[in-house]
Amino acid sequence: MDISFKAVSHTYQPNSPFEYRALKDLSFNIQSGQFVAIVGHTGSGKSTLIQHLNGLLKPTSGEVMIGGYRLKAGEKTANIKGLREKVGVVFQYPEHQLFEETIEKDIAFGPKNFGATEEEIQTRLPKVLEAVNLDAKLLDRSPFDLSGGQMRRVAIAGVLAMEPEVLVLDEPTAGLDPKGQQEVMDMFYRLHHEKGLTTILVTHSMEDALKYADHVIILEQGKKHLEGQPEEIFVQKERLKQVQLDVPEEIQFLMDLKTRLGISITYDKHSVDDLVREIKAQIGGGR
Amino acid sequence: MATDQVIFKNVSFRYAEDQPWVLKNVSFSIKQDEWVAILGHNGSGKSTIAKLMNGLLFPDEGTIYVHGIEVTPDTVWDIREKVGMVFQNPDNQFVGTTVRDDVAFGLENRGVDREIMLNRIEESLKSVRMTDYLFHEPHRLSGGQKQRVAIAGVLAIQPDLIILDEATAMLDPRGRKEIMMTVNDLREETKVNLVSITHDLNEIVGADRVIVMNDGEIWLETVPRELFKQEESLREIGLDVPFTAKVTNRLKDTVDFDQQPLTQKELLDQLWIFHSKQ
Ligand SMILES: Nc1ncnc2c1ncn2[C@@H]1O[C@H](COP(=O)(O)OP(=O)(O)OP(=O)(O)O)[C@@H](O)[C@H]1O
Ligand SMILES: Nc1ncnc2c1ncn2[C@@H]1O[C@H](COP(=O)(O)OP(=O)(O)OP(=O)(O)O)[C@@H](O)[C@H]1O
Ligand SMILES: [Mg+2]
Ligand SMILES: [Mg+2]
Repeated sequence: MDISFKAVSHTYQPNSPFEYRALKDLSFNIQSGQFVAIVGHTGSGKSTLIQHLNGLLKPTSGEVMIGGYRLKAGEKTANIKGLREKVGVVFQYPEHQLFEETIEKDIAFGPKNFGATEEEIQTRLPKVLEAVNLDAKLLDRSPFDLSGGQMRRVAIAGVLAMEPEVLVLDEPTAGLDPKGQQEVMDMFYRLHHEKGLTTILVTHSMEDALKYADHVIILEQGKKHLEGQPEEIFVQKERLKQVQLDVPEEIQFLMDLKTRLGISITYDKHSVDDLVREIKAQIGGGR
Repeated sequence: MATDQVIFKNVSFRYAEDQPWVLKNVSFSIKQDEWVAILGHNGSGKSTIAKLMNGLLFPDEGTIYVHGIEVTPDTVWDIREKVGMVFQNPDNQFVGTTVRDDVAFGLENRGVDREIMLNRIEESLKSVRMTDYLFHEPHRLSGGQKQRVAIAGVLAIQPDLIILDEATAMLDPRGRKEIMMTVNDLREETKVNLVSITHDLNEIVGADRVIVMNDGEIWLETVPRELFKQEESLREIGLDVPFTAKVTNRLKDTVDFDQQPLTQKELLDQLWIFHSKQ
Protein backbone atom coordinates (compact mmCIF):
# COMPACT_ATOMS: atom_id res chain seq x y z
CA MET A 1 0.00 0.00 0.00
CA ASP A 2 1.19 3.52 -0.77
CA ILE A 3 1.69 5.66 2.30
CA SER A 4 1.96 9.42 2.49
CA PHE A 5 2.43 11.95 5.27
CA LYS A 6 1.35 15.47 4.35
CA ALA A 7 2.52 18.19 6.77
CA VAL A 8 1.83 15.94 9.75
CA SER A 9 2.24 17.27 13.28
CA HIS A 10 1.48 15.38 16.44
CA THR A 11 1.16 16.99 19.84
CA TYR A 12 0.81 14.81 22.94
CA GLN A 13 -1.55 16.04 25.66
CA PRO A 14 -2.44 19.25 23.83
CA ASN A 15 -3.60 22.26 25.86
CA SER A 16 -2.19 20.87 29.07
CA PRO A 17 0.98 21.89 30.90
CA PHE A 18 2.52 18.68 29.52
CA GLU A 19 1.84 19.53 25.90
CA TYR A 20 4.64 18.09 23.76
CA ARG A 21 5.07 18.42 20.02
CA ALA A 22 6.62 15.14 18.91
CA LEU A 23 6.14 15.46 15.13
CA LYS A 24 6.50 18.75 13.33
CA ASP A 25 5.22 19.35 9.84
CA LEU A 26 6.44 16.03 8.53
CA SER A 27 5.98 15.08 4.87
CA PHE A 28 7.17 12.04 2.93
CA ASN A 29 5.95 9.30 0.59
CA ILE A 30 6.45 5.55 0.75
CA GLN A 31 5.60 3.50 -2.32
CA SER A 32 3.91 0.16 -2.11
CA GLY A 33 6.56 -2.58 -1.91
CA GLN A 34 9.31 -0.36 -0.49
CA PHE A 35 11.45 -1.34 2.50
CA VAL A 36 11.94 1.86 4.48
CA ALA A 37 14.17 2.37 7.50
CA ILE A 38 13.43 5.14 9.98
CA VAL A 39 16.34 6.20 12.14
CA GLY A 40 17.03 8.95 14.62
CA HIS A 41 18.29 9.25 18.15
CA THR A 42 16.32 8.79 21.37
CA GLY A 43 13.11 10.81 21.43
CA SER A 44 13.27 11.98 17.80
CA GLY A 45 9.70 10.81 17.11
CA LYS A 46 10.09 7.39 15.46
CA SER A 47 7.59 5.48 17.60
CA THR A 48 5.16 8.41 17.41
CA LEU A 49 5.41 8.31 13.62
CA ILE A 50 4.77 4.61 13.27
CA GLN A 51 1.75 4.68 15.59
CA HIS A 52 0.08 6.78 12.91
CA LEU A 53 0.35 3.91 10.45
CA ASN A 54 -2.42 1.86 12.02
CA GLY A 55 -4.40 4.71 13.50
CA LEU A 56 -3.32 4.27 17.11
CA LEU A 57 -2.43 7.95 16.96
CA LYS A 58 -3.90 10.59 14.68
CA PRO A 59 -2.23 13.70 13.40
CA THR A 60 -3.10 16.84 15.33
CA SER A 61 -2.67 18.60 12.02
CA GLY A 62 -1.94 17.44 8.50
CA GLU A 63 -2.98 14.18 6.92
CA VAL A 64 -1.80 10.60 6.67
CA MET A 65 -2.90 8.37 3.79
CA ILE A 66 -2.38 4.59 3.96
CA GLY A 67 -3.73 3.03 0.79
CA GLY A 68 -7.29 4.34 0.73
CA TYR A 69 -7.48 5.10 4.46
CA ARG A 70 -7.22 8.70 5.56
CA LEU A 71 -6.21 9.86 9.05
CA LYS A 72 -6.95 13.49 9.70
CA ALA A 73 -7.59 15.60 12.78
CA GLY A 74 -11.26 15.98 13.58
CA GLU A 75 -12.28 13.44 10.96
CA LYS A 76 -13.43 9.92 11.71
CA THR A 77 -11.48 7.34 9.74
CA ALA A 78 -13.77 5.02 7.83
CA ASN A 79 -13.27 1.32 8.61
CA ILE A 80 -10.29 1.60 10.96
CA LYS A 81 -10.60 -2.11 11.65
CA GLY A 82 -9.86 -2.79 7.99
CA LEU A 83 -6.73 -0.66 8.31
CA ARG A 84 -5.57 -2.57 11.38
CA GLU A 85 -6.08 -5.85 9.60
CA LYS A 86 -3.74 -4.78 6.80
CA VAL A 87 -1.10 -3.06 8.91
CA GLY A 88 0.74 -5.27 11.41
CA VAL A 89 2.79 -3.47 14.06
CA VAL A 90 5.54 -5.01 16.19
CA PHE A 91 5.89 -2.57 19.10
CA GLN A 92 9.14 -1.44 20.70
CA TYR A 93 8.46 -3.32 23.96
CA PRO A 94 6.90 -6.76 23.40
CA GLU A 95 5.07 -6.65 26.75
CA HIS A 96 2.89 -3.91 25.28
CA GLN A 97 1.28 -6.30 22.88
CA LEU A 98 1.05 -9.51 24.92
CA PHE A 99 -1.98 -10.04 27.11
CA GLU A 100 -3.57 -13.46 26.66
CA GLU A 101 -3.24 -16.34 29.16
CA THR A 102 -1.32 -18.57 26.82
CA ILE A 103 1.13 -18.04 24.03
CA GLU A 104 -1.11 -19.88 21.61
CA LYS A 105 -4.08 -17.63 22.39
CA ASP A 106 -1.86 -14.60 22.08
CA ILE A 107 -0.64 -15.51 18.63
CA ALA A 108 -4.15 -16.44 17.54
CA PHE A 109 -5.71 -13.23 18.85
CA GLY A 110 -4.99 -11.06 15.81
CA PRO A 111 -6.14 -13.46 13.09
CA LYS A 112 -9.22 -14.46 15.12
CA ASN A 113 -10.17 -10.85 15.68
CA PHE A 114 -10.08 -10.32 11.93
CA GLY A 115 -12.23 -13.34 11.17
CA ALA A 116 -9.78 -16.13 10.38
CA THR A 117 -11.28 -19.59 11.00
CA GLU A 118 -9.89 -21.92 13.67
CA GLU A 119 -8.69 -24.19 10.90
CA GLU A 120 -6.93 -21.35 9.13
CA ILE A 121 -5.26 -20.31 12.40
CA GLN A 122 -4.05 -23.85 13.03
CA THR A 123 -2.34 -23.92 9.63
CA ARG A 124 -0.67 -20.56 10.24
CA LEU A 125 0.54 -21.39 13.73
CA PRO A 126 3.37 -23.83 12.94
CA LYS A 127 4.55 -21.56 10.13
CA VAL A 128 4.91 -18.50 12.33
CA LEU A 129 6.51 -20.49 15.16
CA GLU A 130 9.12 -21.67 12.72
CA ALA A 131 9.64 -18.17 11.34
CA VAL A 132 10.59 -16.87 14.80
CA ASN A 133 12.25 -20.08 15.93
CA LEU A 134 9.99 -20.67 18.92
CA ASP A 135 9.50 -24.10 20.45
CA ALA A 136 5.91 -25.40 20.08
CA LYS A 137 6.28 -26.90 23.57
CA LEU A 138 5.89 -23.37 24.95
CA LEU A 139 2.43 -22.79 23.42
CA ASP A 140 0.49 -23.51 26.63
CA ARG A 141 2.63 -21.26 28.79
CA SER A 142 1.76 -17.74 29.82
CA PRO A 143 3.59 -15.27 27.59
CA PHE A 144 4.80 -13.54 30.75
CA ASP A 145 6.65 -16.63 32.02
CA LEU A 146 9.21 -16.26 29.28
CA SER A 147 12.61 -14.70 28.87
CA GLY A 148 12.77 -11.28 27.19
CA GLY A 149 13.91 -12.66 23.85
CA GLN A 150 11.25 -15.37 23.89
CA MET A 151 8.56 -12.72 24.52
CA ARG A 152 9.87 -10.77 21.55
CA ARG A 153 9.50 -13.86 19.39
CA VAL A 154 5.89 -14.37 20.51
CA ALA A 155 5.07 -10.73 19.76
CA ILE A 156 6.51 -11.06 16.25
CA ALA A 157 4.73 -14.37 15.66
CA GLY A 158 1.40 -12.77 16.56
CA VAL A 159 1.88 -10.06 13.95
CA LEU A 160 3.01 -12.50 11.27
CA ALA A 161 -0.04 -14.67 11.93
CA MET A 162 -2.25 -11.77 10.80
CA GLU A 163 -0.58 -11.93 7.40
CA PRO A 164 -0.55 -8.13 7.03
CA GLU A 165 0.21 -6.25 3.82
CA VAL A 166 2.19 -3.59 5.63
CA LEU A 167 4.72 -4.65 8.22
CA VAL A 168 5.70 -2.02 10.76
CA LEU A 169 8.63 -2.96 12.98
CA ASP A 170 9.74 -0.80 15.92
CA GLU A 171 13.21 -2.09 16.83
CA PRO A 172 12.12 -5.68 16.31
CA THR A 173 15.49 -7.21 17.14
CA ALA A 174 16.03 -5.55 20.54
CA GLY A 175 16.30 -8.36 23.07
CA LEU A 176 17.15 -11.06 20.55
CA ASP A 177 20.45 -12.89 20.73
CA PRO A 178 22.89 -12.26 17.85
CA LYS A 179 21.81 -15.30 15.89
CA GLY A 180 18.15 -14.45 16.44
CA GLN A 181 18.73 -10.86 15.29
CA GLN A 182 20.18 -12.00 12.01
CA GLU A 183 17.63 -14.76 11.44
CA VAL A 184 14.67 -12.55 12.19
CA MET A 185 15.89 -9.72 9.95
CA ASP A 186 16.57 -12.19 7.13
CA MET A 187 13.10 -13.65 7.65
CA PHE A 188 11.44 -10.18 7.40
CA TYR A 189 13.45 -9.47 4.28
CA ARG A 190 12.41 -12.74 2.66
CA LEU A 191 8.73 -12.20 3.53
CA HIS A 192 8.95 -8.65 2.24
CA HIS A 193 10.02 -9.89 -1.17
CA GLU A 194 7.99 -13.09 -1.37
CA LYS A 195 4.70 -11.45 -0.39
CA GLY A 196 5.35 -8.05 -1.87
CA LEU A 197 4.91 -6.33 1.51
CA THR A 198 5.52 -2.71 2.34
CA THR A 199 7.90 -2.70 5.29
CA ILE A 200 8.74 0.12 7.69
CA LEU A 201 11.58 -0.61 10.08
CA VAL A 202 12.59 1.60 13.00
CA THR A 203 16.12 0.73 13.99
CA HIS A 204 19.18 1.97 15.83
CA SER A 205 21.34 -0.32 13.75
CA MET A 206 22.74 1.70 10.86
CA GLU A 207 24.13 -1.62 9.63
CA ASP A 208 20.65 -3.14 9.31
CA ALA A 209 19.27 0.01 7.69
CA LEU A 210 22.05 -0.13 5.12
CA LYS A 211 21.70 -3.84 4.54
CA TYR A 212 17.93 -4.23 4.23
CA ALA A 213 16.31 -0.90 3.36
CA ASP A 214 15.93 0.69 -0.04
CA HIS A 215 14.94 4.03 1.43
CA VAL A 216 15.97 5.78 4.66
CA ILE A 217 14.29 8.60 6.57
CA ILE A 218 16.24 10.28 9.35
CA LEU A 219 14.29 12.11 12.04
CA GLU A 220 15.52 14.79 14.38
CA GLN A 221 13.27 16.38 17.01
CA GLY A 222 10.15 15.43 15.13
CA LYS A 223 11.35 16.80 11.79
CA LYS A 224 12.81 15.15 8.75
CA HIS A 225 16.57 15.65 8.73
CA LEU A 226 17.53 13.61 5.66
CA GLU A 227 15.88 11.19 3.26
CA GLY A 228 17.21 9.04 0.42
CA GLN A 229 18.85 5.81 -0.59
CA PRO A 230 20.96 4.18 2.12
CA GLU A 231 24.10 4.19 0.00
CA GLU A 232 23.81 7.98 -0.36
CA ILE A 233 22.73 8.74 3.19
CA PHE A 234 25.19 6.60 5.08
CA VAL A 235 28.32 8.18 3.65
CA GLN A 236 27.38 11.67 4.82
CA LYS A 237 29.36 11.56 8.00
CA GLU A 238 28.96 15.22 8.93
CA ARG A 239 25.22 15.35 8.30
CA LEU A 240 24.78 12.24 10.43
CA LYS A 241 26.97 13.59 13.18
CA GLN A 242 24.76 16.69 13.45
CA VAL A 243 22.02 14.41 14.75
CA GLN A 244 24.28 12.20 16.86
CA LEU A 245 24.35 9.31 14.43
CA ASP A 246 27.35 7.46 13.07
CA VAL A 247 28.00 5.92 9.68
CA PRO A 248 27.66 2.11 9.68
CA GLU A 249 30.65 0.18 11.02
CA GLU A 250 31.74 -1.22 7.70
CA ILE A 251 31.60 2.14 5.93
CA GLN A 252 33.57 3.79 8.72
CA PHE A 253 36.16 1.02 8.41
CA LEU A 254 36.44 1.51 4.65
CA MET A 255 36.83 5.27 5.12
CA ASP A 256 39.64 4.75 7.63
CA LEU A 257 41.34 2.14 5.46
CA LYS A 258 41.52 4.74 2.74
CA THR A 259 42.78 7.66 4.81
CA ARG A 260 45.20 5.69 6.97
CA LEU A 261 46.46 2.97 4.64
CA GLY A 262 45.59 4.29 1.19
CA ILE A 263 43.60 1.14 0.53
CA SER A 264 40.55 2.01 -1.51
CA ILE A 265 37.56 -0.33 -1.48
CA THR A 266 34.09 0.87 -2.50
CA TYR A 267 31.18 -0.24 -0.34
CA ASP A 268 29.32 -2.92 -2.22
CA LYS A 269 27.27 -4.90 0.31
CA HIS A 270 30.31 -7.16 0.66
CA SER A 271 30.25 -10.22 2.79
CA VAL A 272 33.04 -10.05 5.38
CA ASP A 273 34.83 -12.81 3.44
CA ASP A 274 34.81 -10.77 0.23
CA LEU A 275 35.84 -7.64 2.06
CA VAL A 276 38.82 -9.37 3.63
CA ARG A 277 39.81 -10.87 0.29
CA GLU A 278 39.97 -7.34 -1.14
CA ILE A 279 42.03 -6.11 1.78
CA LYS A 280 44.49 -8.97 1.38
CA ALA A 281 44.85 -8.21 -2.31
CA GLN A 282 45.77 -4.63 -1.55
CA ILE A 283 47.64 -4.74 1.75
CA GLY A 284 50.65 -6.66 0.46
CA GLY A 285 52.32 -9.48 2.31
CA GLY A 286 52.50 -11.66 -0.79
CA ARG A 287 50.41 -14.55 0.54
CA MET B 1 35.79 -13.47 51.08
CA ALA B 2 37.30 -10.01 51.39
CA THR B 3 37.62 -9.46 47.69
CA ASP B 4 34.96 -11.72 46.17
CA GLN B 5 31.84 -9.60 46.33
CA VAL B 6 29.42 -11.87 44.56
CA ILE B 7 29.65 -15.64 44.88
CA PHE B 8 27.48 -18.27 43.22
CA LYS B 9 28.22 -21.72 44.59
CA ASN B 10 26.72 -24.70 42.75
CA VAL B 11 23.49 -22.86 42.11
CA SER B 12 20.59 -24.65 40.43
CA PHE B 13 17.17 -23.19 39.81
CA ARG B 14 13.83 -24.00 38.17
CA TYR B 15 10.68 -21.88 38.09
CA ALA B 16 8.46 -24.78 39.18
CA GLU B 17 8.92 -28.40 40.13
CA ASP B 18 7.32 -29.67 36.96
CA GLN B 19 9.52 -27.44 34.82
CA PRO B 20 13.03 -27.98 33.50
CA TRP B 21 16.10 -26.70 35.31
CA VAL B 22 16.87 -23.20 34.12
CA LEU B 23 20.24 -22.97 35.88
CA LYS B 24 22.35 -26.07 36.38
CA ASN B 25 25.12 -26.10 38.93
CA VAL B 26 26.32 -22.57 38.22
CA SER B 27 29.42 -21.34 40.10
CA PHE B 28 31.31 -18.10 39.66
CA SER B 29 32.56 -15.16 41.66
CA ILE B 30 32.96 -11.46 41.03
CA LYS B 31 35.67 -9.39 42.67
CA GLN B 32 35.38 -5.95 44.15
CA ASP B 33 35.17 -3.23 41.48
CA GLU B 34 35.10 -5.75 38.66
CA TRP B 35 32.90 -5.32 35.58
CA VAL B 36 31.56 -8.65 34.43
CA ALA B 37 29.46 -9.03 31.29
CA ILE B 38 27.07 -11.96 30.93
CA LEU B 39 26.26 -13.19 27.43
CA GLY B 40 24.13 -16.05 26.21
CA HIS B 41 21.35 -17.03 23.83
CA ASN B 42 17.70 -16.20 24.57
CA GLY B 43 16.49 -18.28 27.47
CA SER B 44 19.98 -19.30 28.58
CA GLY B 45 19.36 -18.07 32.14
CA LYS B 46 20.90 -14.57 32.30
CA SER B 47 17.95 -12.69 33.76
CA THR B 48 17.38 -15.55 36.18
CA ILE B 49 20.93 -15.06 37.48
CA ALA B 50 20.24 -11.34 37.89
CA LYS B 51 17.05 -11.99 39.84
CA LEU B 52 18.84 -14.45 42.11
CA MET B 53 21.53 -11.85 42.88
CA ASN B 54 18.86 -9.43 43.96
CA GLY B 55 16.79 -11.87 46.04
CA LEU B 56 13.83 -11.73 43.69
CA LEU B 57 14.26 -15.48 43.36
CA PHE B 58 16.05 -18.01 45.60
CA PRO B 59 18.13 -20.97 44.50
CA ASP B 60 16.71 -24.51 44.75
CA GLU B 61 20.23 -25.79 45.27
CA GLY B 62 23.49 -24.09 46.14
CA THR B 63 24.22 -20.75 47.82
CA ILE B 64 24.68 -17.15 46.79
CA TYR B 65 26.59 -14.48 48.68
CA VAL B 66 26.42 -10.79 47.92
CA HIS B 67 28.93 -8.64 49.79
CA GLY B 68 29.40 -11.28 52.45
CA ILE B 69 25.70 -11.89 53.13
CA GLU B 70 24.00 -15.09 52.04
CA VAL B 71 20.93 -14.31 49.94
CA THR B 72 17.91 -15.82 51.73
CA PRO B 73 14.33 -14.66 52.37
CA ASP B 74 15.57 -13.32 55.73
CA THR B 75 18.37 -11.19 54.33
CA VAL B 76 16.64 -10.00 51.20
CA TRP B 77 16.09 -6.43 52.48
CA ASP B 78 19.75 -6.08 53.40
CA ILE B 79 20.68 -7.39 49.97
CA ARG B 80 18.42 -5.00 48.11
CA GLU B 81 19.98 -2.08 49.99
CA LYS B 82 23.23 -2.98 48.30
CA VAL B 83 22.03 -3.92 44.87
CA GLY B 84 20.70 -1.64 42.16
CA MET B 85 19.13 -3.38 39.23
CA VAL B 86 17.80 -2.14 35.92
CA PHE B 87 15.34 -4.55 34.35
CA GLN B 88 14.99 -5.55 30.74
CA ASN B 89 11.73 -3.61 30.50
CA PRO B 90 11.91 -0.33 32.46
CA ASP B 91 8.11 -0.05 32.65
CA ASN B 92 8.23 -2.79 35.25
CA GLN B 93 10.19 -0.66 37.66
CA PHE B 94 8.71 2.82 37.47
CA VAL B 95 6.88 3.81 40.63
CA GLY B 96 6.81 7.61 40.54
CA THR B 97 4.32 9.73 38.61
CA THR B 98 7.09 12.05 37.47
CA VAL B 99 10.64 11.35 36.44
CA ARG B 100 11.84 13.29 39.47
CA ASP B 101 9.65 11.37 41.94
CA ASP B 102 10.70 8.12 40.39
CA VAL B 103 14.37 8.78 41.00
CA ALA B 104 13.56 10.16 44.46
CA PHE B 105 11.71 7.00 45.44
CA GLY B 106 14.78 4.80 45.83
CA LEU B 107 16.51 7.53 47.83
CA GLU B 108 13.58 8.09 50.18
CA ASN B 109 13.40 4.36 50.75
CA ARG B 110 16.98 4.41 51.87
CA GLY B 111 16.40 7.37 54.17
CA VAL B 112 18.80 9.67 52.34
CA ASP B 113 18.91 13.29 53.62
CA ARG B 114 16.80 15.74 51.68
CA GLU B 115 19.74 17.93 50.76
CA ILE B 116 21.78 15.02 49.46
CA MET B 117 18.72 13.62 47.78
CA LEU B 118 18.09 16.71 45.68
CA ASN B 119 21.70 16.76 44.69
CA ARG B 120 21.75 13.10 43.69
CA ILE B 121 18.54 13.40 41.66
CA GLU B 122 20.01 16.26 39.72
CA GLU B 123 23.41 14.63 39.21
CA SER B 124 22.05 11.28 38.10
CA LEU B 125 19.53 12.74 35.67
CA LYS B 126 22.20 15.02 34.30
CA SER B 127 24.52 12.09 33.69
CA VAL B 128 21.89 10.38 31.52
CA ARG B 129 20.84 13.70 29.90
CA MET B 130 17.29 13.68 31.15
CA THR B 131 17.16 16.91 33.20
CA ASP B 132 14.73 18.42 30.69
CA TYR B 133 12.18 15.78 31.60
CA LEU B 134 11.96 16.20 35.40
CA PHE B 135 8.19 16.56 35.45
CA HIS B 136 7.32 14.16 32.67
CA GLU B 137 5.48 10.94 33.42
CA PRO B 138 7.90 7.99 33.09
CA HIS B 139 5.32 5.92 31.22
CA ARG B 140 4.91 8.65 28.62
CA LEU B 141 8.54 8.80 27.58
CA SER B 142 10.10 7.31 24.46
CA GLY B 143 11.60 3.82 24.69
CA GLY B 144 15.16 5.05 25.06
CA GLN B 145 14.23 7.85 27.46
CA LYS B 146 12.62 5.27 29.75
CA GLN B 147 15.86 3.32 29.87
CA ARG B 148 17.82 6.46 30.67
CA VAL B 149 15.53 7.30 33.59
CA ALA B 150 15.69 3.74 34.91
CA ILE B 151 19.48 3.91 34.87
CA ALA B 152 19.45 7.29 36.62
CA GLY B 153 17.32 5.74 39.35
CA VAL B 154 20.02 3.18 40.04
CA LEU B 155 22.94 5.60 39.79
CA ALA B 156 21.26 7.91 42.32
CA ILE B 157 21.17 5.31 45.09
CA GLN B 158 24.88 4.57 44.67
CA PRO B 159 24.57 0.86 45.30
CA ASP B 160 27.51 -1.49 45.89
CA LEU B 161 26.45 -3.73 43.04
CA ILE B 162 24.86 -2.51 39.82
CA ILE B 163 23.10 -5.03 37.58
CA LEU B 164 22.10 -3.86 34.13
CA ASP B 165 19.87 -6.38 32.36
CA GLU B 166 19.91 -5.24 28.72
CA ALA B 167 19.46 -1.77 30.11
CA THR B 168 20.67 0.04 27.01
CA ALA B 169 19.00 -2.11 24.34
CA MET B 170 16.73 0.75 23.17
CA LEU B 171 19.44 3.39 22.94
CA ASP B 172 21.18 4.56 19.81
CA PRO B 173 24.80 3.41 19.52
CA ARG B 174 26.22 6.71 20.76
CA GLY B 175 23.81 6.90 23.65
CA ARG B 176 24.74 3.36 24.56
CA LYS B 177 28.44 4.10 24.57
CA GLU B 178 27.93 7.29 26.55
CA ILE B 179 25.81 5.63 29.23
CA MET B 180 28.17 2.70 29.63
CA MET B 181 31.03 5.17 30.04
CA THR B 182 29.08 7.05 32.71
CA VAL B 183 28.36 3.87 34.62
CA ASN B 184 31.92 2.71 34.25
CA ASP B 185 33.30 6.01 35.55
CA LEU B 186 31.12 5.63 38.59
CA ARG B 187 32.40 2.11 39.05
CA GLU B 188 35.98 3.30 39.01
CA GLU B 189 35.33 6.21 41.37
CA THR B 190 33.26 4.37 43.92
CA LYS B 191 34.51 0.79 43.62
CA VAL B 192 31.17 -0.77 42.84
CA ASN B 193 30.71 -4.08 41.04
CA LEU B 194 29.05 -3.93 37.69
CA VAL B 195 27.25 -6.84 36.09
CA SER B 196 25.97 -6.12 32.59
CA ILE B 197 23.79 -8.55 30.69
CA THR B 198 23.77 -7.81 27.01
CA HIS B 199 23.40 -8.99 23.43
CA ASP B 200 25.43 -6.03 22.18
CA LEU B 201 28.80 -7.44 21.23
CA ASN B 202 30.42 -4.01 21.24
CA GLU B 203 29.27 -3.32 24.78
CA ILE B 204 31.38 -6.08 26.31
CA VAL B 205 34.62 -4.57 25.03
CA GLY B 206 34.97 -2.55 28.24
CA ALA B 207 34.28 -5.44 30.62
CA ASP B 208 37.04 -7.03 32.70
CA ARG B 209 35.59 -10.46 32.26
CA VAL B 210 32.85 -12.23 30.35
CA ILE B 211 30.67 -15.13 31.45
CA VAL B 212 29.03 -16.95 28.57
CA MET B 213 25.88 -18.91 29.39
CA ASN B 214 24.53 -21.75 27.31
CA ASP B 215 21.32 -23.56 28.18
CA GLY B 216 21.54 -22.88 31.92
CA GLU B 217 25.21 -23.69 32.27
CA ILE B 218 28.36 -21.63 32.24
CA TRP B 219 29.89 -22.35 28.86
CA LEU B 220 32.97 -20.16 29.20
CA GLU B 221 34.53 -17.58 31.51
CA THR B 222 37.12 -15.42 29.82
CA VAL B 223 38.26 -11.91 28.88
CA PRO B 224 36.89 -10.04 25.83
CA ARG B 225 40.08 -10.39 23.77
CA GLU B 226 40.07 -14.15 24.13
CA LEU B 227 36.35 -14.39 23.53
CA PHE B 228 36.58 -12.64 20.18
CA LYS B 229 38.89 -15.33 18.86
CA GLN B 230 36.22 -17.99 19.25
CA GLU B 231 34.01 -16.95 16.40
CA GLU B 232 32.93 -20.37 15.20
CA SER B 233 32.09 -21.95 18.50
CA LEU B 234 30.23 -18.82 19.63
CA ARG B 235 28.11 -19.00 16.53
CA GLU B 236 27.18 -22.57 17.34
CA ILE B 237 25.57 -21.42 20.59
CA GLY B 238 23.59 -18.55 19.02
CA LEU B 239 26.15 -15.80 19.57
CA ASP B 240 28.60 -13.97 17.36
CA VAL B 241 31.62 -11.64 17.45
CA PRO B 242 31.73 -7.94 16.43
CA PHE B 243 32.63 -6.78 12.91
CA THR B 244 36.17 -5.88 13.99
CA ALA B 245 36.78 -9.40 15.25
CA LYS B 246 35.34 -10.95 12.09
CA VAL B 247 37.72 -8.97 9.92
CA THR B 248 40.64 -9.74 12.22
CA ASN B 249 39.97 -13.45 12.38
CA ARG B 250 39.95 -13.67 8.58
CA LEU B 251 43.14 -11.68 8.22
CA LYS B 252 45.17 -13.80 10.61
CA ASP B 253 46.72 -15.96 7.88
CA THR B 254 48.15 -12.81 6.29
CA VAL B 255 48.72 -10.26 9.03
CA ASP B 256 50.62 -10.95 12.26
CA PHE B 257 48.61 -9.45 15.10
CA ASP B 258 50.38 -8.67 18.42
CA GLN B 259 47.07 -9.22 20.14
CA GLN B 260 43.40 -9.55 19.25
CA PRO B 261 42.16 -6.00 18.59
CA LEU B 262 39.08 -4.96 20.57
CA THR B 263 38.12 -1.90 18.57
CA GLN B 264 38.28 -0.70 14.97
CA LYS B 265 41.01 1.70 15.99
CA GLU B 266 43.17 -1.07 17.42
CA LEU B 267 42.63 -3.11 14.28
CA LEU B 268 43.58 -0.21 12.01
CA ASP B 269 46.68 0.55 14.11
CA GLN B 270 47.89 -2.99 13.64
CA LEU B 271 47.06 -3.03 9.95
CA TRP B 272 48.95 0.24 9.54
CA ILE B 273 52.07 -1.22 11.18
CA PHE B 274 51.87 -4.32 9.00
CA HIS B 275 51.23 -2.28 5.86
CA SER B 276 54.12 0.10 6.46
CA LYS B 277 56.53 -2.83 6.75
CA GLN B 278 55.60 -4.16 3.33
N1 LIG C 1 2.44 9.45 25.54
C1 LIG C 1 3.26 10.51 25.49
N2 LIG C 1 2.93 11.67 26.11
C2 LIG C 1 3.75 12.74 26.07
N3 LIG C 1 4.93 12.78 25.42
C3 LIG C 1 5.32 11.66 24.79
C4 LIG C 1 4.51 10.47 24.78
N4 LIG C 1 5.15 9.52 24.08
C5 LIG C 1 6.31 10.08 23.66
N5 LIG C 1 6.41 11.36 24.07
C6 LIG C 1 7.52 12.29 23.79
O1 LIG C 1 7.60 12.49 22.38
C7 LIG C 1 8.94 12.47 21.93
C8 LIG C 1 9.09 11.42 20.83
O2 LIG C 1 8.87 10.14 21.38
P1 LIG C 1 8.99 8.80 20.53
O3 LIG C 1 8.56 7.70 21.41
O4 LIG C 1 8.27 8.98 19.24
O5 LIG C 1 10.56 8.75 20.27
P2 LIG C 1 11.47 7.65 19.54
O6 LIG C 1 12.11 8.31 18.38
O7 LIG C 1 10.68 6.43 19.30
O8 LIG C 1 12.61 7.40 20.63
P3 LIG C 1 13.33 6.04 21.14
O9 LIG C 1 14.43 5.76 20.16
O10 LIG C 1 13.89 6.43 22.47
O11 LIG C 1 12.31 4.97 21.21
C9 LIG C 1 9.81 12.21 23.15
O12 LIG C 1 10.44 13.39 23.58
C10 LIG C 1 8.85 11.69 24.20
O13 LIG C 1 9.21 12.11 25.50
N1 LIG D 1 8.47 -16.63 35.22
C1 LIG D 1 8.88 -17.72 34.59
N2 LIG D 1 8.23 -18.90 34.70
C2 LIG D 1 8.65 -20.01 34.06
N3 LIG D 1 9.73 -20.06 33.27
C3 LIG D 1 10.44 -18.92 33.10
C4 LIG D 1 10.05 -17.71 33.75
N4 LIG D 1 10.94 -16.75 33.40
C5 LIG D 1 11.83 -17.35 32.58
N5 LIG D 1 11.53 -18.66 32.40
C6 LIG D 1 12.30 -19.62 31.59
O1 LIG D 1 13.59 -19.75 32.12
C7 LIG D 1 14.57 -19.83 31.10
C8 LIG D 1 15.65 -18.78 31.34
O2 LIG D 1 15.05 -17.49 31.27
P1 LIG D 1 15.88 -16.15 31.46
O3 LIG D 1 14.88 -15.05 31.50
O4 LIG D 1 16.80 -16.27 32.61
O5 LIG D 1 16.71 -16.12 30.09
P2 LIG D 1 17.68 -14.99 29.52
O6 LIG D 1 19.02 -15.62 29.35
O7 LIG D 1 17.59 -13.76 30.32
O8 LIG D 1 17.07 -14.79 28.05
P3 LIG D 1 16.85 -13.47 27.15
O9 LIG D 1 18.12 -13.20 26.43
O10 LIG D 1 15.79 -13.90 26.18
O11 LIG D 1 16.41 -12.35 28.04
C9 LIG D 1 13.81 -19.68 29.78
O12 LIG D 1 13.67 -20.92 29.17
C10 LIG D 1 12.46 -19.12 30.18
O13 LIG D 1 11.44 -19.61 29.35
MG1 LIG E 1 10.68 4.52 20.13
MG1 LIG F 1 16.80 -11.84 29.94
